[in-house]
Amino acid sequence: MEHMGVEPGRLSFSWISSAESTKFVDVVKDVTATVKALGPNNNFKKAADKVA
Amino acid sequence: MLGYIDKIREISKRLLDEGRVDMVIGFRKGTMPMMNEPAFVKTPGEVSKLVWDSNCGINLANYLTDRKEKIGVIAKGCDSRNIVTHLLENKIKRENLVIIGVPCKGMIDRRRITEMFDAEVREVNEEGDTVTVKGAGFEKKLKKSDILQENCSICIHRNPVLYDELAAPLVEEQKDIERYAEVRRIEAMAPQEKWQYFNDLIAPCIRCYACRNACPLCYCPTCFVDESRPQWVGKSQDETDIRTFHFLRAYHCAGRCTDCGACERACPVGIKVRQFTSKLNKDCLDMFGWEAGVLPDKRPPLDTFKPGDPGDFIK
Repeated sequence: MEHMGVEPGRLSFSWISSAESTKFVDVVKDVTATVKALGPNNNFKKAADKVA
Repeated sequence: MLGYIDKIREISKRLLDEGRVDMVIGFRKGTMPMMNEPAFVKTPGEVSKLVWDSNCGINLANYLTDRKEKIGVIAKGCDSRNIVTHLLENKIKRENLVIIGVPCKGMIDRRRITEMFDAEVREVNEEGDTVTVKGAGFEKKLKKSDILQENCSICIHRNPVLYDELAAPLVEEQKDIERYAEVRRIEAMAPQEKWQYFNDLIAPCIRCYACRNACPLCYCPTCFVDESRPQWVGKSQDETDIRTFHFLRAYHCAGRCTDCGACERACPVGIKVRQFTSKLNKDCLDMFGWEAGVLPDKRPPLDTFKPGDPGDFIK
C-alpha cells in the first residue's frame, strides 16, 4: 500500500489477543493519533457522480 | 532463434505421430507483423504452420489451465516457469505434459517498433541479431538487443527450467542485471509522488482486462472484477476503481508472477502493467529469497509458514 502512495502509518497491523484489552486500547490510541497527525485522506475518493 | 523451427516441427511431428500427445501448443504467424498467435496443432500434417521467431511473446502456459488431454507445449524460460507454477497449483498434471523447451534470447517489443515510424509497419524480418522493419516508403535495420521487450532485456531465466525435449542448445543466462531499477526509483519517492506516479500510469486504462486475460496466473472461474454479488470493486472508469483493479490483481500474483510480460504486451494502450507486479516480485526475492516457478518441488512462500518469516509490519 505504501508503494502506491498511501502514507506510512495510515495502515497498521497488530496482533492482539482477546485477553489483551490494555494492548488493544494502546494500539487504538496510537493508530488514532498517527492518522490524525496525517490529516484527512484525500486519496481513494470518488466524485459523487462517478459512484457506481 | 530462427533456426529452432525445424527442430520444433520435428519434435512436434514425432510426438503427434507416436501418439504421445493429443495436440501441440505453439505459435503460428499472425495476420499482422509482430503478432504471432497461439496455434493448436492436432495432426502431424499441420506442424508446418508452426513458427518460431522473436514475436512469440505470448505466454503459452495460459492455454494449459485445467486441460485434461495430453499436450505438447512449446516453452520459453518464462512459459516453463509458469508451467511449474501451474503444476504447484494443481492446474495441470505433469504426466499430461510434454514440454518442448526453447532457450530464448528475448522477444522484440512491437509497441516500441511501431512508435519508431510514422507510417504503418508492414513487414518485419529478422536474421541473427538484426531486425529489418519495412513499411510504405521506408526500410530500416535495427539491432535486436535495442528493441527487446523490457522484461526480456532484464531476464535471468532464458532457459526453460523444466523440459522433456529441447529445441536448441541452452543459451547463456544474463548476469549482473539490475532487475528492479524502476521499483527502486518509485520506492525513493515521497508518498504523494508515488500516488501521482500510479495515477499517471493508469490514466489511459480502459479496463478491457486484456492484461488479466493474457496472464497465465489469472485463471479464476469468476474474476473479482466480474463478480457482482458481492461487488468487490466498482466497475466505473473512476481512477479509484481502476487503481483497485490493478493493485488487487497484482496482489493476486504475489509470489507467482514470473515477469513474462504478457500483461504489458497485451495492453492496447501501452500501460507498463509490470510496474504493479515488479514491486511484489522484488519483495518476494528480498524477504523470502523466492523467484516464482523456478523450483518445481518447493511450496511458494505465501502458502507456507515459517517461524522466521518477516513480520516487522505487525505491531
